[in-house]
Amino acid sequence: MNYEMENYDIAIVGAGHAGVEAALAAARLGCKTALFTISLDTIANMPCNPSIGGTAKGHLVREIDALGGEMGRAADACFIQSRMLNAGKGPAVHSLRVQADRMKYHAYMKKICEDTPLLDIKQAEITEVRAENGRVTEVVTKLGAVYKVCAVVLATGTYLRGLIHIGETSYESGADNVIAPVRLTESLKALGLPMRRFKTGTPARVHKRSINFEILEKQEGDSNIQPFSFETNREGLENKVSCYIAYTNDETHKVILENLHRSPLYSGKIEGVGPRYCPSIEDKIVRFSEKPRHQLFIEPMGLDTDEYYLQGMSSSLPEDVQLKFLRTIKGLENVEIMRPAYAIEYDCVDPLAMRHTLEMKAVKGLFGAGQFNGTSGYEEAAAQGLIAGINAVKLIKGEEMITLDRASSYIGTLIDDLVTKGCSDPYRMMTSRSEYRLVLRQDNADERLTEIGHEIGLISDERYEEFLKKEEMIKDELYRVTKTTIRPSEELNELLVSRGTSPITTGVRLSDLIRRPQMFYADFAPFDKKREDLPYEIKEQVELKIKYDGYIAKQNEQIEQMRKLEKKALPEDLDYSQIRGLRLEAIEKLNKVKPHSVAQAGRISGVSPADISVLLVWLSGR
Amino acid sequence: MSTVAAISTPLSEGGIAVIRISGDKAFSVAEKVFRPVSSDKKISEMKGYTCAFGKIFMGDEEIDEGVLTVFRAPKSYTGEDVIEISCHGGVFVAKKVLSATIKAGCEIAAAGEFTKRAFLNGKLSLTEAESVIDIISAGGEQARKAAVSAKEGALYKRISYVKDKILKILGELSAWVDYPEEDIMELTPEELSSALCNIHEELLSLSKTYDNGRVLRNGIDTAIVGRANVGKSTLMNRFLGFDRSIVTDIEGTTRDIVEETAMVGDILLKLSDTAGIRETGDVVESIGVERSIKKLSEADLVLAVFDSSEKLSDEDEKIIEKLEGKKVIPIINKCEKGNEIDIEKIENVLGKSVSISAKTGEGIDNLEKKISEIFSFGTIDYSSGMIANERQKNCVDKALLSISEAVSLVESGETFDALTVVLDEALSAVLELSGERVTEAVVDEVFSHFCVGK
Repeated sequence: MNYEMENYDIAIVGAGHAGVEAALAAARLGCKTALFTISLDTIANMPCNPSIGGTAKGHLVREIDALGGEMGRAADACFIQSRMLNAGKGPAVHSLRVQADRMKYHAYMKKICEDTPLLDIKQAEITEVRAENGRVTEVVTKLGAVYKVCAVVLATGTYLRGLIHIGETSYESGADNVIAPVRLTESLKALGLPMRRFKTGTPARVHKRSINFEILEKQEGDSNIQPFSFETNREGLENKVSCYIAYTNDETHKVILENLHRSPLYSGKIEGVGPRYCPSIEDKIVRFSEKPRHQLFIEPMGLDTDEYYLQGMSSSLPEDVQLKFLRTIKGLENVEIMRPAYAIEYDCVDPLAMRHTLEMKAVKGLFGAGQFNGTSGYEEAAAQGLIAGINAVKLIKGEEMITLDRASSYIGTLIDDLVTKGCSDPYRMMTSRSEYRLVLRQDNADERLTEIGHEIGLISDERYEEFLKKEEMIKDELYRVTKTTIRPSEELNELLVSRGTSPITTGVRLSDLIRRPQMFYADFAPFDKKREDLPYEIKEQVELKIKYDGYIAKQNEQIEQMRKLEKKALPEDLDYSQIRGLRLEAIEKLNKVKPHSVAQAGRISGVSPADISVLLVWLSGR
Repeated sequence: MSTVAAISTPLSEGGIAVIRISGDKAFSVAEKVFRPVSSDKKISEMKGYTCAFGKIFMGDEEIDEGVLTVFRAPKSYTGEDVIEISCHGGVFVAKKVLSATIKAGCEIAAAGEFTKRAFLNGKLSLTEAESVIDIISAGGEQARKAAVSAKEGALYKRISYVKDKILKILGELSAWVDYPEEDIMELTPEELSSALCNIHEELLSLSKTYDNGRVLRNGIDTAIVGRANVGKSTLMNRFLGFDRSIVTDIEGTTRDIVEETAMVGDILLKLSDTAGIRETGDVVESIGVERSIKKLSEADLVLAVFDSSEKLSDEDEKIIEKLEGKKVIPIINKCEKGNEIDIEKIENVLGKSVSISAKTGEGIDNLEKKISEIFSFGTIDYSSGMIANERQKNCVDKALLSISEAVSLVESGETFDALTVVLDEALSAVLELSGERVTEAVVDEVFSHFCVGK
């Protein structure tokens, strides 16, 4: 029996990292929002590694923060260890990564949602999304409750028709044994969404007392901790735990190889496509048989628990085999498994079905975000959730939706990759995916996106003012540094020579000295008499802007070229077979992707420069 | 839009050739490659529809002289600033001038590019535009066909080799950057330098094949020299198999350079029978002599002819002097008439000689063998892959430039994030030849070669 419930502007299906960002953005921007989750106890759950950030992912978190999302603040509030990865490999690839307290993170996000006006959290399974005349109208729960809505964001994670595999056993379930919704997929297919099946996995959780930490390599957090959020005060941030490193050995590999036949991956039981970035330990051993050992990280799940996560050991082998191979590892000889590793298959959508706004082409008002869109990772999910939530609001308010281009952010790159190239396995963000990576640094996410966040309405006037002040300070110091001349002195030349760079004989501009790869802004403090004591962020930006000036200018030139073509819009209803001069392969690809601009068309593999010329001529002839 | 250049006259022998440059930077490019004779003339200040006479340069090397014509936007064919340089005809010179414009910052115009620009700038009607589309898509089709055939060919293999090498470095750097927690070996600057230098060498040799390819396609510029009446024309006619030069016993019969092409074995010779080099009072003949001397300096191969039946004259010795250090085959002609000449003296300077009789054909086969040896065409591997056109050369040269930059980056101790961006450029230039895209290629490389992930 169906029954009518109250109306909402926006319904969010799923309260993981995508759903929470979507819901918070929607409600904060003034829309009456319902956040549906199968269990209130798994809001913003981290069913895999309790870690936020990492390479390129750390960039995403900073960008989410600059646009007014929640993830950065939450991670700052709940982290127990923080490290800046890739220090020393160049500023473009510095990436912040924290180990978070899993339960605390969940509780923090749940409370933020509860405290947000206009946001209602509902424990319910959505079984149907209804549309009329190509526009979304209602969502229906398993109990039969019907909610009239104007927009829906699908953020079902790995739960949709979830199927867990552990050895010979398979059972229907979402992560952490939450019920797997089974009926929604049919409803989405009926709406015209192209659904597919992906696979992922997670390692075992083990008990702290069964680990011999004495003989493990210890990994400490940074002493100078940087927060994710541009709002978080750096004072008082501290590491509370250490992580540990262990290694597999011949014996481990032997146990695994002897039991491969019991893995559902190798017996052909799993049909979903698994991620390349996250192979199971059995995969690693088979594919990289020449490696004598594989590294694993042993990481705490939180402060109030003794569960430890074994990063690098994801597996779908039977529980008894898992125990056996783990116990071959030095330091884990007596290990006790609390939760076994498993592989999980789930339904998701082919992202080519979406526009850059994350709205489905087939149904107005229906958006997708997170693993539902074929990505992996909490950060990728949160980034999409934020954009989907904002655009659902824009749709309802009749405003133009936002799209971020590739040159603006990793978020823009992520979404453009998804809707232009699609993905054949769960998509993970990497710095090598961005051609503009010297410009898209984690340190300047605020410079790139705060203005946009403010315009959208998720960045307060107060924070925006702070941001403008910071920009002003950077500009002033940059100007001063380029106008300051440093005179040669014995002390200075000694320093220069000790770093392996040439001494100076006449006065040299300070900016030219900072530009030397061996030298840093801070080095010149004793010689730069008029220097004021500036905040860390200002000094960092001044240094980077000077050092990378040439590359940044070069990349900006490429960006300008790309943006010119980005402005040449292509109509979505265009039938490319009607355009004279396009090659067959190009017609086929263009008709599938329906690019929104000539620039996007140029990024589709199989579309040649000649095809782009044809499109340009065709466009200007209209 | 970028500034583009192309040879606008047909790619064949002709009196003059025209290189057209169109785009925002047309003037700055022209100033780099063209120096007006009247030194007070500045190209950037010239009015539309005016000309200047001057010299054409590739860097600091003078390559030709010619006339430059200025068209100012919008009053030009494309509607942009256009410069046309008319230089001497012949494919080689025209291509060299085009190369110079590319070095100066132009890109190669795609098929139909000028017309496309004309259309985009509102210089053509829609009906005209439709024919443009045909041109462009035909060009695209041509390029596709060329790419496909190249895929099976040796060039494709060589390019793939370079591509794989760049990709390997990028893959390693990316894996190292994107997976800092995995135990991935860090590339040392020494390893990087040596790998990059290796790539640089391969690209350089690839780039050079373009010039070798030119020799193969257009033939070896061969000058036949010698003092008057040693039998140069007879030799030429021997190669050609018919009387082309006027052959008489009167000195100075060949008054100008006579050019012909002849197949000698597998090799195409572009033969120039030069006027005898001698002091002369005859005005017409003296022009011929002057040209002969010039021809000598340009030739890929010189066949120096001497008369076996006479002692070495002063003139002969002068010629020997002039030829020192060039690719020369000394030919002792008229061997049927006797052996008066001091062969040793010749061979001391010019290397091993060949005795022939151009008249009877004796020893000609030895000469042919010798030519083959010099160009080692017997061993040239046609399947080793060569650059076939200017567009391909442009891509290779772009990659070369980026790799050089990468090398100096590593040397100066710059961080690797900057290095990857420069390598991206190199890779994208190389991939342009095979139509792939950079970021996917690198990501695939990382996943297929590194054991990474949680």
